[in-house]
Amino acid sequence: MSHGSRPRRWLHLRSMRCGLLLACVVLGTPLIGGCGPAAAENHQLTLWTIGREGEAIIQLLPDFERAHPDIHVNVQQLPLTAAHQKLLTAFAGGSTPDLTQLGNTWLPEMVALDALEPLQARVDRSTVIRQDDYFASIWATNVIGGKLYGVPWYVDTRLLFYRTDLLRAAGFDAPPRDWAEWRRMLAALSDPQRHAYGILLPTNEYEQLMSLALQEPDPLLRDNDRYGNFESAGFKRALTFYVDTFRLHQAPPITNVEAGNPWSEFGRGAYAFYLSGPWNIGEFRKRLPAAEQDDWSTAPLPGPHDAGIGAAGGSSLVIFRAAKHKDAAWQLIEYLSQPQVQQRFYDLLGDMPPRRSSWAGGALHVDPKARAFREQLERVRPTPAVPEWERIANEMQLVAAQAIAGELTIDQATAEMDRRTDRILEKRRWILDHAHPMTGAAR
Amino acid sequence: MNPQRAAWLFLAPALLVLGVFFLLPVIAALALSLTDYDLYALANIHNLRFVALQNYWTLLHQPLFWSALAHTTYFVAIGVPLSMGTSLGAALLLNSPLARCKPFFRTALFAPVVTTVVAVAVIWRYLFNTKYGMVNFVLGHLGIHPVDWLGDPHWAMPTIILFAVWKNFGYNMIIFLAGLQAIPADLYEAAHIDGASAWRQFRHITLPMLGPTLLMVSILTVSGYFQLFAEPYVMTEGGPLQSTTSVLYLMYDEGFKWWNLGSASAVAFLLFLIMFAVTALMLKFARRGNDGEPA
Repeated sequence: MSHGSRPRRWLHLRSMRCGLLLACVVLGTPLIGGCGPAAAENHQLTLWTIGREGEAIIQLLPDFERAHPDIHVNVQQLPLTAAHQKLLTAFAGGSTPDLTQLGNTWLPEMVALDALEPLQARVDRSTVIRQDDYFASIWATNVIGGKLYGVPWYVDTRLLFYRTDLLRAAGFDAPPRDWAEWRRMLAALSDPQRHAYGILLPTNEYEQLMSLALQEPDPLLRDNDRYGNFESAGFKRALTFYVDTFRLHQAPPITNVEAGNPWSEFGRGAYAFYLSGPWNIGEFRKRLPAAEQDDWSTAPLPGPHDAGIGAAGGSSLVIFRAAKHKDAAWQLIEYLSQPQVQQRFYDLLGDMPPRRSSWAGGALHVDPKARAFREQLERVRPTPAVPEWERIANEMQLVAAQAIAGELTIDQATAEMDRRTDRILEKRRWILDHAHPMTGAAR
Repeated sequence: MNPQRAAWLFLAPALLVLGVFFLLPVIAALALSLTDYDLYALANIHNLRFVALQNYWTLLHQPLFWSALAHTTYFVAIGVPLSMGTSLGAALLLNSPLARCKPFFRTALFAPVVTTVVAVAVIWRYLFNTKYGMVNFVLGHLGIHPVDWLGDPHWAMPTIILFAVWKNFGYNMIIFLAGLQAIPADLYEAAHIDGASAWRQFRHITLPMLGPTLLMVSILTVSGYFQLFAEPYVMTEGGPLQSTTSVLYLMYDEGFKWWNLGSASAVAFLLFLIMFAVTALMLKFARRGNDGEPA
């Protein structure tokens, strides 16, 4: 920014006034949103869910409502594609629900908006929710600026699904533990002539590259998350490994739209490896014939030196600052955090619980295909907790796709990623440097 | 009450509606485009900065904006003539004395206009699927290798154009049909007696008589096609490699995906300026064309 300091004060007055005008005119909703229907005397809790979780949670709620006759839970399901927009619009319009499911990459955004209720005091009083029972990195994604804003609900980390029979046929008895070994297996299992590839890595999904990058010691952003750190040696190693997989024709350079039905392709042997998340255990069980169920398994994500480090993903339950029934909302969170409820939730949907005690019993405990996830969850690493992260990751993947297409070298690509990231983070730097205390953290 | 005041009184409701729902938002959006309104400003208005023309400056230096503009221009340059040609052709066929079952065909050809984009996009995605799609199946019988219609950056936009033309040509067809029916039949009779061929009748009677309709339809179609959004949104999500990202798509991403309303408003105004310039040019050419003809 090239503004001097003197004009800025005037500009602020002006921008405040026009901001108010804009807020009323363009966003339109703040004035209208305030006059929603008044809450009933009974606790009418509104819970938003995102994606498939809504259907499963409806089956868990009758028990809760029996135990709490004065609380009625009203579940609203948002489709994943519209959820982000809907949450921001609801905040702008002052019509947020009491509590919602929130992906932990979206949490920093809601915290920057100062939309969420801090929860540490409630956790300290709780007999159900015990921090030391949760996987540490997953819990940490809910702590921003030293304050806790969400309770982990289910977890997600990306790792390897692989065809045991194909690996064995190629002379490998165990899944790879490090990148060198993985590369050898990919080479042995790929045959582009027959349209067989070692692995499917859709070029429009950032999670795979991000999971590889998080295994390196270098952070993805540097200097208190003010600048991109993609030109670090660690990220370059991860990007090189990722791009080489395409250049050596060990992965097809296609998007997930073209990949169409990856499950049946995996079953046919078009890919020996598939880098994905826990929900695919259920998908593969459902979509592959019974005879093929013994031919696949899961393994911790191979790293540069050792396997088992991945991205800490998943969703949390959060209470909005503007909620009318915070205590009732907290009771619902406590109910959903009980190990036996989480086990039922897993049975219904396959969403993996964030608590170690939930893993100690039930179907999860004995499921061999869930074991790799259990191992990796102890060592997952959180993504940078800045509101801009989702956009940065998207830009990272767009540039990576150009590198895959051969338009950029590794050095050019990482420089471009840093350039784009620094531009996106410009406002954040300004706010951190500016006299106004950052909202959310300040209050 | 004098007549002038009465006139204003009658105009007042319309002016009020225009002012509140059009003029005011436009002015507000213009003001917005001079700020960096974003998520942080939504949280606390103190985080709003006046940036003057910085949003515009940044956009003009952003390769993605230029590629989005190029994709939109590509779509307009190919899509508009193709769409208008299809509409005119269909209208001529329907207007021909030889045509049978006219009401049925009129309805059938107009049907794509009234269907929802999202629903037909699902069908089109299946039709153009690389492996299982009907289009590649038919081409395969002709000995043509399967084309990756929606996955190849070179083919995605032509597919989108086909989809848009199919979806929209019925609307213009109805307008052309009305224009054709307004041409007096005796002109054709006279030309027929003079021995003019069908082509010359079309060239020297139909086209000149359709002139004003053609102009109106082309302006409406150009301004409509510049606002390309729904088709790539439902078919390709702007991909592959951002090859179907239009200017409006860029605005949507900036504004509603990343909540940078300031920069999104700047995109909107740039698009408005471009569309304004293009339609003004078209009008000017049309007027010059008219002046050239003997009155």
